[in-house]
Amino acid sequence: MRLELVPRTDVPGYARTLAPLGAIVAAILIGGLVVALLGRSPAAALDVYFVQPLSESWGLQELAVKMLPLVLIAVGLSFCFRANLWNIGAEGQFVAGAVAGAMVPLATHGMEAGPWVVVVALVLGTLGGALYALIPAFLRVTLGVSEILTSLMLVYVAQLGLDWLVRGPWRDPKGFNFPQTVVFEPGAQLPMLMEAGRLHAGAGLAVIAVLATWFIFSRTLFGFGIRVSGEAPKAARFAGFDANRLVLIAFAVSGGLAGLAGIVEVTGQIGQLKPSISPGYGFTAIIVAFLGRLHPVGILFGAFVISLTVIGGENAQILLKLPLDLTTVFQGVLLMCVLAADALVSNRVRIVRTARA
Amino acid sequence: MGMTEAVLLTVIAAAVPLLLAALGEVVVERAGVLNLGIEGMMAVGASCGFAAATLSGSTTVGIVAAVAAGVALSAVFALLTLGFAANQVASGLALTIMGLGLSGLIGAGFVGRTREAVGRLDVPGLTDLPAVGPLLFGHDPFVYGAAALTLGIAYFLKRSHPGLVLRSIGENHVSAHALGLPVLRVRVLAVLFGGACAGLAGAYLSLVYTPFWSPGMTAGRGWIALALVVFASWRPLRAAAGALVFGGATVLQLHAQAASLGLPSQALSALPYLATVVALVVMSIGRGRTSAVPGSLGVPFVPDR
Repeated sequence: MRLELVPRTDVPGYARTLAPLGAIVAAILIGGLVVALLGRSPAAALDVYFVQPLSESWGLQELAVKMLPLVLIAVGLSFCFRANLWNIGAEGQFVAGAVAGAMVPLATHGMEAGPWVVVVALVLGTLGGALYALIPAFLRVTLGVSEILTSLMLVYVAQLGLDWLVRGPWRDPKGFNFPQTVVFEPGAQLPMLMEAGRLHAGAGLAVIAVLATWFIFSRTLFGFGIRVSGEAPKAARFAGFDANRLVLIAFAVSGGLAGLAGIVEVTGQIGQLKPSISPGYGFTAIIVAFLGRLHPVGILFGAFVISLTVIGGENAQILLKLPLDLTTVFQGVLLMCVLAADALVSNRVRIVRTARA
Repeated sequence: MGMTEAVLLTVIAAAVPLLLAALGEVVVERAGVLNLGIEGMMAVGASCGFAAATLSGSTTVGIVAAVAAGVALSAVFALLTLGFAANQVASGLALTIMGLGLSGLIGAGFVGRTREAVGRLDVPGLTDLPAVGPLLFGHDPFVYGAAALTLGIAYFLKRSHPGLVLRSIGENHVSAHALGLPVLRVRVLAVLFGGACAGLAGAYLSLVYTPFWSPGMTAGRGWIALALVVFASWRPLRAAAGALVFGGATVLQLHAQAASLGLPSQALSALPYLATVVALVVMSIGRGRTSAVPGSLGVPFVPDR
C-alpha cells in the first residue's frame, strides 16, 4: 500500500486561504485527544484555551501584547521563507536586538534624558538584530555554509551572551544580586496606548510592519524578486536578480524586525534586561509565519491563534493543572497540520493497493 | 587509571549520543531527505527510555521504548514529507517543537528520580591492563554499539548493493525513479532508521550519560549532530572522528569551568555552539564549491506515473 499524490489542476484561491482553518480544527481534535489521554476533560480544556481569553477585556489586551513580538518576527521571517531561505535563528536576533538597543537606556540611566532615548534604542535594536542575522547570511553567500545550522547555533550564543551581561557587567548594583539590569527610566520606555492597560506604542510599529510588508510583496520589484527567487531560482537568475544581494537583504530585514521585536519587548513590556526576556518567541514565530501562509495579513491571524494558545496554556496550567508543555505539543502539531493541509489542497491523495511496481 | 585516560573516557561518553544521532542522519540525508527533527526525537527517546526503564526496572525495556518512540516520531515526519511531499525543513522544525513538548509531558512524572546508570563492561584481566585496558575494554555497551554501527553503516553505504541504491536515490531521485528504483520506499526506511538512531541517542542520555531525566536535557545535541553530518561530509567514519572532536569541546568546556580560567562561564558554555559554526565554515573552505552534499537533499519527490 502506498500514497499517491495527484496534483489538482484548478485549486480555487479561497481553498488555499481556508486550508489553515482546517488545520486548526484538526490540531484541536488531536490536542483534545492528548488532553483526554492526560485524564482531563477536552471540553473544559477547549473552553480555557480558546474561549475564556476572548471573553474578558484584559484577556484581549493581553492577547495583543503577546501577538506583538510574534507579528514583528513572523513578518520578518516571511521575507526569508518566501525566498526559500531558512533563518531559524530569530530567537537569537531577538536577543541581539534587545541587547544592542538596551545600551542606550543603560548608558543614559540617571541622566533623566528625554524620550529620544527610546527612539535611538529602537533604531539600535533593529540594527543589532539585522547585523546578527547577517552573520549566517554572509557565511552562506561567501562560503556556501548552510544558513539553517549557523543561524540556530547563534541562538545559543546570543542567549549565553545576554546571560553573561546581566549577571556580570550590566547587573544592577542595587538589585540584591538578582541577574537583571536597572529598570529603565520613563523616557527610555515605550508609552502606553491606554491609561489602564498593558498595550504600548509598539503595537503601532507592528501595524506599520504588516502594511509595509504587504506593500513590498504586492507592489515592488524587490518583493517580486524575493518571491521569484524562492519559487523559481533559475528564472530569478535569468531575470537578472542578484541572488546574493537578495539573501543578504532578506536576512537583514528578517533579523532587523526580530531585533526590533526584542527591543520593543524590553522597552515596552519588561522595562529591564534579564536572562529570560523571551519565552521562545523566535521559534513560535516560525509557526505563526506558516499558519499565516507567509502573508502579512495571514500572519496577523496566525499570531492571534498562537497567542490565544499561549494565554490559554497559562490559564490551563492554573485552572486544570495541565502542563505548559501541552501548548508546545499543540503548536508542533498545528504546524504539521498546516503543512499537511497545504499539501492536501494542492494534491489529491489516493491510497493505492498494489504490490511493487 | 591516569588522568589522561579519565579525560578520554569522558570525551568518548560525550561523543556517543552525537555519533548515534549523526549516523542515523547520515543514512537519512544520503537517501536525499533532510530531517531537522533529531532534537525532538532525541528528547522523546530520552524521556520514553527513562520512563520505561524506571517503570519496568529493566534497561533493555527502556532502550527498546526509546527506539520505538524515535521510530514513531520519524514515521510522522515520513508521512508529511514523503507521503504528502511537504516542505522538509518546516516539517523537521515542527517535529522538533512537538518532540520537545511531548518529552516534557512524558517525563513530567519522573523529574527528580534517579536510577543506576548502565555499568561499564569489566572484562577480567583485560580491563586491568595498563593504559590501553580501560580505553579498549572499560566502556558501557553503548560505546561498542556505536562503534559497530559506524562500521556497519560505512560498509552498508560503500560496499553493499542496497547502500548503492540508497545513495543513487539521494543523489538524483528522478534518474533513480526512471531506473525503477523504489525512491519513496527506500526513503521511508531511511527516515525510520534515522528515528531509531535518534531515539537510541536519547536513551543514552537519560540511561547512561546522566542517569536521570530533566526537561531540555538534550540541550541542542540534536542540532550539533546535524552539523556533525555536514562536518563529516556525509561519511560514517568521519562522523565518528567528528563526534570525538565535538565531544572533546563539551568536555573541555566542563574542565575549563572547573579550572576557573578567569573566562566567564557563559563563554565556555558557548564553546560547543561556536565550535559548530567554525567547523561548518572550515568544511566549506576546505572543499570549496565542489561539495559532498547529496544531490537531491531536501527536495520533495512526487513520482510521475
